[in-house]
Amino acid sequence: MTMNTQGRPTDAGSAGVSSTDTFTGNRGLQIEEALLFEVGRTDVTGVDLDEPEAFAPRLGKLARKSAIDLPGLSEPEAMRHYVRLSQKNYAIDSGLYPLGSCTMKHNPRLNEKVARLGGFGDIHPLQPLSTVSGAVDLMAELGRWLIEMTGMTSVALSPKAGAHGELCGMMAIKAAILARGEPRDIVLVPESAHGTNPATAALIGFKVVTVPARPDGTVDPAAVKALLSPQVAAIMLTNPNTCGLFERDVVEIAAAVHAAGAYFYCDGANFNAIVGKAKVGELGVDAMHINLHKTFSTPHGGGGPGAGPVVFSSRLAAFAPLPFIRIEADGPVLVEDETAVTDGEQPFGRMVAFHGQMGMFVRALSYMLSHGADGLQQASEDAVLNANYVRAGLRDVMSQPSGDRTCMHEVLFDDHFLDGTGVTTLDFAKAMIDEGYHPMTMYFPLVVHGAMLIEPTESESKASLDLFIATLRHLVQRAKAGDVERFREAPRFAPRRRLDETRAARAPKLKWERPQAFDQAAE
Amino acid sequence: MRYLPHSEADREAMLATIGVGSIDDLFSDIPANLRVHGLDLPRAAGELSVERTLGRLAAKNVPASSVPFFVGAGAYKHHVPATVDHLIQRSEFLTSYTPYQPEITQGTLQYLFEFQTQVAHLTGMEVANASMYDGSTATAEAVLMAHRVTRRKKAVLSGGLHPHYRAVVETTSAMASDTVEALPADPGATEDILARIDADTSCVVVQSPSVYGHLIDLAPIAARAHEVGALLVAVVTEVVSLGLVESPGAQGADIVVGEGQSIGNALSFGGPYVGLFAARAKHVRQMPGRLCGETVDAEGRRGFVLTLSTREQHIRRDKATSNICTNSGLCALAFTIHMTLLGETGLVRLARINHANAVKLAESIGEVSGVTLLNDSFFNEFTLRLPANAADIVEKLAAKGILGGVPVSRLEPGNADLANLLLVASTEVNTDEDRAAFVAALKEVLA
Repeated sequence: MTMNTQGRPTDAGSAGVSSTDTFTGNRGLQIEEALLFEVGRTDVTGVDLDEPEAFAPRLGKLARKSAIDLPGLSEPEAMRHYVRLSQKNYAIDSGLYPLGSCTMKHNPRLNEKVARLGGFGDIHPLQPLSTVSGAVDLMAELGRWLIEMTGMTSVALSPKAGAHGELCGMMAIKAAILARGEPRDIVLVPESAHGTNPATAALIGFKVVTVPARPDGTVDPAAVKALLSPQVAAIMLTNPNTCGLFERDVVEIAAAVHAAGAYFYCDGANFNAIVGKAKVGELGVDAMHINLHKTFSTPHGGGGPGAGPVVFSSRLAAFAPLPFIRIEADGPVLVEDETAVTDGEQPFGRMVAFHGQMGMFVRALSYMLSHGADGLQQASEDAVLNANYVRAGLRDVMSQPSGDRTCMHEVLFDDHFLDGTGVTTLDFAKAMIDEGYHPMTMYFPLVVHGAMLIEPTESESKASLDLFIATLRHLVQRAKAGDVERFREAPRFAPRRRLDETRAARAPKLKWERPQAFDQAAE
Repeated sequence: MRYLPHSEADREAMLATIGVGSIDDLFSDIPANLRVHGLDLPRAAGELSVERTLGRLAAKNVPASSVPFFVGAGAYKHHVPATVDHLIQRSEFLTSYTPYQPEITQGTLQYLFEFQTQVAHLTGMEVANASMYDGSTATAEAVLMAHRVTRRKKAVLSGGLHPHYRAVVETTSAMASDTVEALPADPGATEDILARIDADTSCVVVQSPSVYGHLIDLAPIAARAHEVGALLVAVVTEVVSLGLVESPGAQGADIVVGEGQSIGNALSFGGPYVGLFAARAKHVRQMPGRLCGETVDAEGRRGFVLTLSTREQHIRRDKATSNICTNSGLCALAFTIHMTLLGETGLVRLARINHANAVKLAESIGEVSGVTLLNDSFFNEFTLRLPANAADIVEKLAAKGILGGVPVSRLEPGNADLANLLLVASTEVNTDEDRAAFVAALKEVLA
């Protein structure tokens, strides 16, 4: 029996399936695909271009002297390469994708269609503003919807993703504090926060002080008050929080923060739970980013692009970055630089080239127009309904860290129910893959042992949830019955078994390298 | 509502299973006085209605493809093969997320590994990450990385750096209390940046081709930077240029950042785009952003995972190399598919066509009286000095149905010396007829 670097058997036996089962390594529809650099050739191209007529180049002495080593594929080869790769991916369109805090809801194709209209997809950010008035109108309209949904005063559209939106909000807070001439340099961040919160605060020179969580993961106003001081610039709070709970003391926390002269940044990752149900402006929030790729369905795209507009209260509105939209009597105006800034506007600077993620703005507005006020509220209600339905379906067999209580749009379990089974949260998640599901968010939030955070979203039907619940109940039963191998060996039916992440990090191989033997043979 | 599967009967049954009387009971943690009862927004609309509403807004804009088009300055109109847009809309790419579960996201991981390799080869660097938001934010991150590597806090920015990029670096640096020395706008490529590099310098940031189109010889700048222990950050906003121009890596750059929009991605009014980020291998643990690496699975088969994540915010929190939590996945996919279709042969030819078209355009415009070309060298974009205010001329050209470039005043407002300068780009999409129409119109509006 051969062993790989993990000390695991590599031939058939314990797994019951082996890559040696077939000559090709393929398994029916699951087709192995070599790397582009192994199948492509630098003298092959899938694009027909005519050589230009002779001309006198103007590259000076900087013409490229060496080859680049970029293999090409003809169009049919390229099509097959990428289609085969795509078939190794799980996706919302193929099944339930219950990643907590990621809001993997249905991505309507109408949004893709309208984003590709020439008047949106094929306009340049620096062509004359007289030729893009519809684009500015669209940005203004998106801003109007975001402001109405949140009860805030203004919006910065340009941040490129959620974490970039956090940075935008915290920069506005820093600018406001500098304008007040105060030496505040501490930011309070609850233990349960996303890692981006402390990373963002630290990036612009704030010191991060952690606020301990109550046993149920919520923030205790007394704990916040104990930490407030004239040195505190802001608190960064996620609401609903990462345990899937609405911070019911949020108003008291906001009041205490404001009384101490600090600002309230809200991480809007979980906005999908409360659209049309609560306005963050009325909760005392001063800045909040909105992940258009979560709440407003722009595709997650394998990890981006996102979009993270930030809404501001009147306390921070003046500090919104360039560019921004100013609503004037005869329509919206795109303010691009300091020379166009008027009294009362104190933009803290610029966060991106150009104007932000226009392609995402179009998709998000298409989603909003499709839902309308009634549909947006219904979507939030269904998202919360679905999470609670999952909770109700699993509460007797899985364990919740703070007892069985109503959650918002995601439900949090810990690994207590696996005690004594020899099965970990990771094993449990991998077994879900064999059952045809993408696992939930694992080991986050950090305040809960072996956390499993399930966010089904409003896109799932009752029948879909019933099967999901039944599947998880079955897995719990198998774990408790001592069927440990099923979990430790999982996934058995995915394109790959568990991958050796330690090896990847120890000797990083971050790009394709020509095999040594090939080099020698070529010499 | 077409996107919501539940019938009313489903909802009732589910509430009963949960054990509550109404949906409001599930929102009881929201204080009653703060609950919203209706938003002041329109009601739901069908596909046809939404398409009409957005179609009307789109119709107010002038698409690049509909006119002779010469606008660049950091975003370029290129032809993207139909295959690219088809493939990136496959459900398995479009509607998956960050490959947190590598066993069922090998498709994403493998294309990211291929993307990283392509970017490393193009830039002449040893490692590249899985992409950043865009070129401007990648540049700001490169400066922060240089500060970490050198343990210094001062960045020197060339006057040929795109002014928006400069502004993004300045904003980030001001907030982090780091120092930026930005040289004045350099439309003639005459600045003496070597004199500005000293023992406090963490990095010098140079764009080539510069925003004014000049090709900058990076080797002497790299040599001077290395003498004093500083890094050279090279910026490329037109990645097609790398098909013909010597790579920044070969010229000694330590970090190369760029805007990848030109390959595979639509103009889309400025975003989403794809930031490129490459560096020397010895600095990899100070890099921001996601990295995909090769490994094996439990059966010994090759596979890919996100790796070196101990640099990242979800592990390191306030000690992370960056707060970035995503990449520009689908835009990176578009880039890598288009680059695969081109291959080296196609990319070099595409670059040659771009360069040839720009050379032809520069020669034709040379015939227009009063217009001066500021560039000795350029790739597909150059700077003209007009005998009149460039922003006015651009508006007059637009009125004649020609989008004739970017007035430098759009990027550097309030500088009278630059008011007559125009940036003009020409790519493979421009025909002889486009060029003739542009030159004729320019003559008319300047007459």
